[in-house]
Amino acid sequence: MNEPRTLFDKVWAAHEIVCGENGDALLWVDRHYVHEGSFHAFTRLDERGEAVAEPSLTFAVADHYVPTGRSRASTSNPEIARMVRTLEENCAKHRITLFGLGDPRQGIVHVVGPEQGLTLPGLLIVCGDSHTSTHGAMGALAFGIGASEVAHVLMTQTIWQRKPKRMRISVAGRPGPGVAAKDIILALIARIGTDGATGHAIEFAGPAIGSLSMDGRLTLCNMAIEAGARCGMVAPDETTFRYLAGRPYAPQGAAFARAVEDWSRLKTDDDASFDRDVQLDASEIVPFVTWGTSPEDALPIDGCVPDPTSATDETRASYLRSALEYMGIAPGKRLTEIAIDRVFIGSCTNARMEDLRAAAAVLAGRVSKVPGLVSPGSSQVKRQAEDEGLDRIFRAAGLEWASSGCSMCAGMNGDVVAAGERCASTTNRNFRGRQGPGARTHLMSPAMVAAAAVSGHLADVRALLAGRTQQS
Amino acid sequence: MQKFTTLTATACPIEIVNLNTDQLIPVRFLKLPRSAGLGKFLLHDLRYDAQGHERPDFPLNRPAWREARILIGGRNFACGSSREAAVYALVDWGIRCVIAPSFGDIFAGNAVQNGLLTAVVRDEEAAVLMAALGTEPSLPVSVDLAAQAIAFGRDTLRFSIDPVRHLRLLNGWEDIDLTRSRGSEIAAFKAMDRARRPWAIPPVAPAPDPRP
Repeated sequence: MNEPRTLFDKVWAAHEIVCGENGDALLWVDRHYVHEGSFHAFTRLDERGEAVAEPSLTFAVADHYVPTGRSRASTSNPEIARMVRTLEENCAKHRITLFGLGDPRQGIVHVVGPEQGLTLPGLLIVCGDSHTSTHGAMGALAFGIGASEVAHVLMTQTIWQRKPKRMRISVAGRPGPGVAAKDIILALIARIGTDGATGHAIEFAGPAIGSLSMDGRLTLCNMAIEAGARCGMVAPDETTFRYLAGRPYAPQGAAFARAVEDWSRLKTDDDASFDRDVQLDASEIVPFVTWGTSPEDALPIDGCVPDPTSATDETRASYLRSALEYMGIAPGKRLTEIAIDRVFIGSCTNARMEDLRAAAAVLAGRVSKVPGLVSPGSSQVKRQAEDEGLDRIFRAAGLEWASSGCSMCAGMNGDVVAAGERCASTTNRNFRGRQGPGARTHLMSPAMVAAAAVSGHLADVRALLAGRTQQS
Repeated sequence: MQKFTTLTATACPIEIVNLNTDQLIPVRFLKLPRSAGLGKFLLHDLRYDAQGHERPDFPLNRPAWREARILIGGRNFACGSSREAAVYALVDWGIRCVIAPSFGDIFAGNAVQNGLLTAVVRDEEAAVLMAALGTEPSLPVSVDLAAQAIAFGRDTLRFSIDPVRHLRLLNGWEDIDLTRSRGSEIAAFKAMDRARRPWAIPPVAPAPDPRP
């Protein structure tokens, strides 16, 4: 009898070329995604006079720096134009397929990979971006790497890795109305902390995960890195296969049927053991928002921000004082009394169709009390949303309907939140200065951002859903 | 890659938990090539106020610690973004070793690629070291990688590091050189894998997309 194995063990083992003596392994890479920020790695290749080993397994997307406004192709910022141009030049030189500005497939790399069927179950996927964990939602082993590793993968199509420990997050029950995948992952991070899964590969399992759509699973795995995890994974199932059927780069016809046979075996064996098990009950999770400067600073919307005077120790008290001072919030304040200055709906976390529909369901027939930007996760999502009339709902509510890119999540392209401004955001990091120097970020689901927009302050979306249908 | 064997230097405590890589180097400096010298942007928005003036109370700005070659950090040091520029900024500033209770996984991987030692100690050990530096800021701290030991004053701490990273740092090995010696195994794997997982190879010409 073979030892029972986890989903992660199976995908890892299928990629091992060499097992080192000290627990590290040389792994084969099935897909390598690059973007404008990968320029350090291409410079390294040029310095060494090396070629790209497997251009056909390397795909590039312009996302981090692309302008999202109307004059997309002719940005007035020469530094940003240079970032996009350098990617184009590197791709042309190394014969890498590029979904660049103007390509109908362009979008955020972590939206485009699954959408194009490039991301498949059982693949090992790397990208020079920490949110590469997103692709684990398809049952892939996917993780972010740094520039030196990007250069190594470009040169060899392989990567040295130490095998992480295994952690299972089992989520029972079903989320209630107005509760989304974002709330599940924020609740998890609030519980285990931003280093709760450091050194671990997470598998999300249980009925609540099985009932999530692909878009929801992608949100969940996207933020596995915010719990410190090396990667997050969901076992592929009928939902995954239905999502992938007919995607441009997925296997077609008989080849797809053969692949589904293989992919169906990618699940954790009964009795396989995990280094750590965490249980959550989705039916107990309510909409969450962050109040501080780390994703672990998340609380149910009906709560109050912490008070440093009731902290358990001085280190914690000092952290709370510093975070509240940066955020400009009085200790103990009710979350629903925190007024906002703008909203952002976008990013690799929450800018897929389901996310835009959830926000639009709240915004329809209502007006936002603050300005805001909606940047769809991909150009394809943008077209589909326009076909469904969602753009008209966002515009009628007073929000700007923009093109696709990383946009205001990190502000690299110039879409920034001004110093001191408070933004309700569907993104993944509320770090100091993340959305712009001095910007104050509150993370939440798309429906919760819409609720904040129409209320002018952080608000419980559940009260705004009465009589409306909303897909969670 | 530069080897790491031993180092004796002043050490700067930065008592911030979850100090993420967005803080180590803010995003607006990521467009710059390494040749621009990224050290001057290290912890930029914590070292300088919004008007561009140095904050005199920030540890790295204090006279005793301006020349520090060692940082003592809090739990989950350098979590967040995979930007290797966070390591470039530290190394270009002159930091060769960071001591902390835990590190972001991606950062720790990037560090070893650039000869930067990430030494893991327990929370209470980091606190003892920080307290000693609080009392005597210029106290020399010695780090010995082979012995996995940190000596300061009359105290010595043991630190842990992944055994593979330990070897690579001690010997200055580059990943690419180790990989090049495995060429035949890579070729054999590739041939075997193509037969075993034909679906893993993307089509040269993608299928038409029925979606908008």
